[in-house]
This record gives sequence, structure tokens and C-alpha cells, in this order.
Amino acid sequence: MPITAFANVLKKSARHAVLSAPIAVAGLMGATAPVSAESVLKIVPHADLRNVDPIWTTAYITRNHGYLVFDTLFALDENLEVQPQMAAGHDVSEDGLTYTITLRDGLTFHDGSPVTAEDVVASIKRWGARDGMGQKLMRVTASLEAADDKTVVLTLSESYGLVLQSLGKISSNVPFIMPKRLAETDPNKQVEEIIGSGPFKFVADEWQPGNQVVYEKFDEYVPREEPASYAAGGKVANVDRVEWRYIPDAATASQALLAGEVDYYEQPAVDLLPMIQSDPSIKVETVDPLGTQGVVRFNFKYPPFDNKKARQAALWAVQQADYMYSIMGDPAYFEEFCGAYFMCGGPYETDIGSEPLREKDVEKAKALLAESGYDGREVLILDPTDIPVAHGQALVTAQALREIGMNVKLVAMDWATMTSRRAVREAPENGGWNIFPTWWLAADQLNPVTNISVAASGENAWFGWPENQKIEDLRNAFAKETDAAKQMEIIEELQAELYDFVPYIPTGQYYQPTAFRDNVKGVLEAPVPFFWNISVE
Amino acid sequence: MYAYIIRRLIATIPIMAIVAVFVFMLLHLSPGDPAAIIAGDFATEEQILKIREQLGLNDPLYVQFGGWLLNLLHGDMGQSIYSGLPVTKLIGQRLEPTLMLTLCTMLIAITLAIPLGVIAAWKVGTWIDRAVMTLAVFGFSVPVFVIGYLLILGGSRKLGWFPVQGYTSILESVPGFLSHIILPALTLGAVYMALIARMTRATMLDVLNEDYVRTAYAKGLATRKVLIKHALKNAMVPISTTIGLGVALLIGGVVVTESVFAIPGLGRLTVDAVLRTDYPVIQGVILVFSFTYVLLNLLIDLSYVLFDPRIRY
Repeated sequence: MPITAFANVLKKSARHAVLSAPIAVAGLMGATAPVSAESVLKIVPHADLRNVDPIWTTAYITRNHGYLVFDTLFALDENLEVQPQMAAGHDVSEDGLTYTITLRDGLTFHDGSPVTAEDVVASIKRWGARDGMGQKLMRVTASLEAADDKTVVLTLSESYGLVLQSLGKISSNVPFIMPKRLAETDPNKQVEEIIGSGPFKFVADEWQPGNQVVYEKFDEYVPREEPASYAAGGKVANVDRVEWRYIPDAATASQALLAGEVDYYEQPAVDLLPMIQSDPSIKVETVDPLGTQGVVRFNFKYPPFDNKKARQAALWAVQQADYMYSIMGDPAYFEEFCGAYFMCGGPYETDIGSEPLREKDVEKAKALLAESGYDGREVLILDPTDIPVAHGQALVTAQALREIGMNVKLVAMDWATMTSRRAVREAPENGGWNIFPTWWLAADQLNPVTNISVAASGENAWFGWPENQKIEDLRNAFAKETDAAKQMEIIEELQAELYDFVPYIPTGQYYQPTAFRDNVKGVLEAPVPFFWNISVE
Repeated sequence: MYAYIIRRLIATIPIMAIVAVFVFMLLHLSPGDPAAIIAGDFATEEQILKIREQLGLNDPLYVQFGGWLLNLLHGDMGQSIYSGLPVTKLIGQRLEPTLMLTLCTMLIAITLAIPLGVIAAWKVGTWIDRAVMTLAVFGFSVPVFVIGYLLILGGSRKLGWFPVQGYTSILESVPGFLSHIILPALTLGAVYMALIARMTRATMLDVLNEDYVRTAYAKGLATRKVLIKHALKNAMVPISTTIGLGVALLIGGVVVTESVFAIPGLGRLTVDAVLRTDYPVIQGVILVFSFTYVLLNLLIDLSYVLFDPRIRY
């Protein structure tokens, strides 16, 4: 857009000035401005909302925004079971290959048009082109069609055990439903308009990237009658307006909460918690009961970590407590030990094979490293110093590996640089890498299909590109299996193989606290911050 | 003088062109791939490539530069890679807070620092001089964010006089604007004040030793008149140069001050864009900053005429 956009903003400001001049004068004269009866929930989100299309990006902040604006066909509840959300219900044919999903009554988009099965089909197809779990579902989908305005028919080409889990996926990318005209946008381009059928409307005019995002209650939204439970149940908007105010400085955000300028601070820095907690009108709770998993990833393409023994050596050399203290500091916010690749507290928790991680043994690690034939070459650890969670893990790993005699070099950089460097497939000395640290929300790690860091499909796998046919076979078997007990058997076999193969080091499970003022009621416990059900007194 | 102004304005064109080339090359040759950030952790190489194509990042650099320059000449700075919003709109949204913060800072700094510098020079060697210089050293040495936090603690949390963070447009509410701008302006002004006060003191000391000052005293003029009319006016040329050059210092400080006080200004826009390698936004903001700086220096040069009639353009 040309310079006219700039002129428009200035014109708008000038118009605003004329309209608000009397108020300003009244303010100067000490008059009280009219008090609005509108209830507003003011939030400091964990990041700035830079893009608004939750299918185009996997960013958690865009996912959280998506939940306010859009609705989903199915949703996960607090028992980690999939419940109908926009769907009234569904039928599965006897052969398990045909799913007939009926939409419930009263679903309306924010532009006033009714939600139809065609909107659902187009939305699922766009999501299926971008999301990993969606792509897997699409691979086994023979057809996805609208039988009539309210009925969607999904026909599979082969048996698949994760149809509902995919459609009710709670974390990025969430299969949000948008109008067909928008869902037909190229999946690699952002949609031009944000129109959903969720409990809040996105106020595009008030969106200022880097500063604020505003949502208004959508009066026509018909919530389900069940109580809210994770992403499922009745999404009742109890406030008229939700305002996200991005405050990048943690100390300032904490002071703003203490001063009552904001109501809810999504991710306060752990070292500032004692100060926040000193005010009795502020509650600090871990609203995400599943937590987050720290991840230290190896590059399988180059020595020394192309050798299983070297990866096992690293596993014996570290201990989770070191990582957790460096990331969270306070043991109230992390598990003492979690040996489950698919998270503690999740449906597929097991600690089979986790002995190397449980007991740090430097001598054993040194012996394994010697067996691997490590020749003293330099090991490059990418160190994104601007992200404390990643930086802490890089430092702890470097120290542990030095302890067993590895020649470690930490390469300091910012997160943005790391995201491109980790995609480099060249040798470490030619701009590649050996290890990088990151983290995943438990909601993404709960099973072997969504947990992409266990995928071992070689060149097609996640950064690091591990290759292990047994792991891939077990992941596929898990996806096709419809019996829960058999799925658990597969998980146990898979985890034993994972601890032998070591695709990454799970550096621990921690829980990010959230702080809010005591006038905020109805905060839901969930792995994603949801803003329905919340009222401000 | 008009010919001089026109000549100077024309001279900004090559300066801006050099800035444009430099910024463009620096950004595009430095590491960081916005497509990889956008694509996220789940993305395949193919998806990242598709996004790069959509963003035009696969074109040769000269093609990208040419396209950008051509649009720029039409007043179009492009769109943010992330939000898809026009850069001109983003800058428009952020211009007022930064402009007002800078103006208020300059206003506070100049009105306080010049008298302090004059007094320090006048009372050189006394405790007043030492106190002013101690304050100046403090303002110069303490990092901007520390001053910001101290002011928040005192002004907002202890006294409750000012809000902790945010910005209210002067067009919306004057009291709201003033309450939001005072702490950031003081924070940002500290280093600027220190610079101007020290410069004023040093220049005044030189001028006060001149023969014409002695003559003015000998004529029986009041000290105030000598200091302000005779000494300060002659000292103003180097002082105004410092004020102009200090704006660069101010631009650096704006970034930190806006972050500490969560002011949605151009400084924050720049930092956020740099962290995400949002090329069009960084390029746009740096061009605006550079243009402002060049223009301001022109104004400072022109102001010399006011202080020294010997200067002619």
C-alpha cells in the first residue's frame, strides 16, 4: 500500500482529535469522563501477535488468538478425551472407514453467515495441507465432502486410529473452522480477513502489532451446555472485551500487574515471582497442568552424534535437575524427574528405558564415548542467548559434555538466527551444527504422531534428520491402532527403542506459572490459555 | 539562504540512497531467514521454500532491491513479512509516540541542562559546579533502563503519581498524555541532559574568558545580562551542534525507553522487526530515522544564523 495508508492514519488521528477534544478539555478541567459499563479483561500475553492466521503459522501466540476467534469441530477435554464442539455428534461406519459428522444448530460466523458443512470441508483441507497430523490424516483420506449443509462425510482409504484426535487437536496447528471463501486461500499465504465463529470477534482496526490486540464478545455465539473443560464444553464469554497488551519487558509487565494496570500476566519471569507474590491480591498458578518438555536435539548426519554410542554417552552425562534448575530455578515449577518421552501425566506415560537419564554416570558416559570412536573433534552447540529456556539448556549441555571429555564450542546467536541455522544440512564446520536446544508444550508431545521430535524418517524428519525404520514402523502402527491397550503396548516398545536410539534428550518437564489479580475469576486450567469462562469483577 | 536549503535538501537524496543500499545489503547478507521462522518447527524444507517464494526471497538480491526501490519511489515501503500490514501504516501508528517522546525529552533536557551548564560555568570550582557535574556524570553513566526502573519504582509504585507503562495520545487526552510521557521523557532525557550540560559548561568557560565579556562587565552590565546575552549567545553554536548530534544518542535511547515503558513507538517497532528479520519494516524505519536525522542537522545548521550573524548561507 502506498503512502496513502500513512496519510489515512494521520487523518484518522486528526478526526479523533476533533471528536475527543471536548473530552480532553473536560479531563483537564477535572470533570469525570463517563464510565463505561463494558467489562474488559486486560492481558499481557507471552508474545506479540504478529500474524493472525493460525493455519499459516504454528506460533503458540497465534494459536491462542485462534481459540478466541475460531471454533473447532471437536475438542480435547481435561480427561484428554475428544468431545464434539461445533459437531452435534458423529457416526462411524462398521468398517471404521466412514465418519459422518453433523454440525450443531446456531453456528454463525462473525460476518453473519451461517456455518455450513462446505466451510468445514474447506477449512479441514487447508489445515491438512499445513499441519503434520493433518497431513497424515489427509494421506489416509479417500474423500472429504459436504453431504448437505450440516453434514460432513470423511471417508478413509485405510483404517486410522487418530481421526478424532486429529480433528480435536488442541495445539498448533489447530483445525479451526473458517468461512469457505477464506479457507480456500493458498495454505502458504495468510488469509486476508479474520472471520471465525468463536466466542470473540477480532477487532482488526485496533490491532497494532507490537502493542495491542483487541477482541469483542460475539453476541450471537451459542455455547455448548456442558461446562468448559480444556478446549471442550461451553465457551461462555463473560467479558465484553479482551485486550492483549504486549509488554516486552518482564519487570515492567510485573509492575503493571502489581499496579492493577493489567489483570492477567500469562508468563511472568520466574525470578520475578517472589516480588509478584508479595502482593496478596495477586494469584500465581500453573494453569497448564501438562507443562512443557525441554529438548536437546542431536544432528544425526555428522560425527560424533551420527553414532548411537555418542548420543547414549550424552544421555548418561546429563541429569534433568541441572536443566530444570537452570530454566525454572524453583522446584515448585518442575518435575524432579520425568522419564516419559510422551510426558508425565499424559495418557502414554511410562518410564521404560529411562535409566540412563535417571542416573548420571560420568564414567559410563566416558566409556560409551570412547566406544563411539570420538576423535576429539569440535562439537558445535547452537546457543540462542535471547531465549532463557534454550540458553540454559545449551549451557548445561556444554558443561556436561565437557565433563566427559568432549571438545565443545557454544555458538551464541539470537533465536531468529538459530531457526535458520538448524535447517542447514551442511557439516558443522560449513555452517551446520551438532546440537540445538528447544522446548515443546506437552500438548504437542503427548503421542508419537504429534511428537515430531521422535520421528525418524531420515531426510524428511525434523531438524537433525534421524533415521530409524523401527521407530517409524511403531509410530505408524500406533496411528493405525484403534485399541487403547494395544496402543500402550506399542508406546512401551517405542520408548525402549527411543532410549536406545536417543533422538533427543528430554531435559525435563516444567510448568510455566501464570499470574492474575484476584478480581479475575473463572480462569480455566488447560494447556492453552483460554479466555472464555473468565469474568472480571 | 533559500538556495542553500534547496542545495542541502538535494544533497539528502544521495545520502538516503547510500543508506538505502547499505541497509538493504546489510540485512539481506546477515544470517536469519524469515521463511524458516514463519514456517515453524513442523515445516518441511519444501514448505520453507514455498514461503520464500511467496515472499520473493528467492529472487536475486538486485531484483529484490530494484523492486523495493521502485516501490519506495512510489511511496510504498512494502508490507511486513509477518503481519502483512503496510510498512507505512505500521510507521504511521508508531510515529506519534516516538515523536512526542523525543520532543518532550528535548524540551525537558534543553530547558534544564542549558541553565545548569551556565550556572556551573559561572560558579566554576564551587560546590554548585561540582554538584551539577556529578549529576551530569550520573546521567551519562547510569544505563537508561536502570533510570527507567528507578523512576517506575519511585514515581509509579511508591508515589502512585504516574502509570507504570503505556501511552495515551495527546489527541485523546492531554492529562493522560502528560502522565504517561513524563517518566519516559525524564529517563531518556538523563543522558541527553548530561551531554548538553557538560557542553554548555565547557563552551561557556571558554567564552567567559573572552575580552568582550570582560568589557561587558567593565561597562557595568548585570551578571545575568552578561551571561545570557553576551556569553550564552556566543556559546550557542557548539551547543546547538551537540543538541543535533545528541539526537542520534536519543534514537538509541528511544529503543530502550520504549521497551521499559511499553510505549508503542518506532524504537520498539525496530527492535521487534530486527529480532524477526522483518526486512521491509527494518528498511522502512531506518530510512525514516535517517531522513529525520539529516533534516534535523539541516535545521541545526540553519539555527547558527540566529546565534552568529557572521554566518551566512
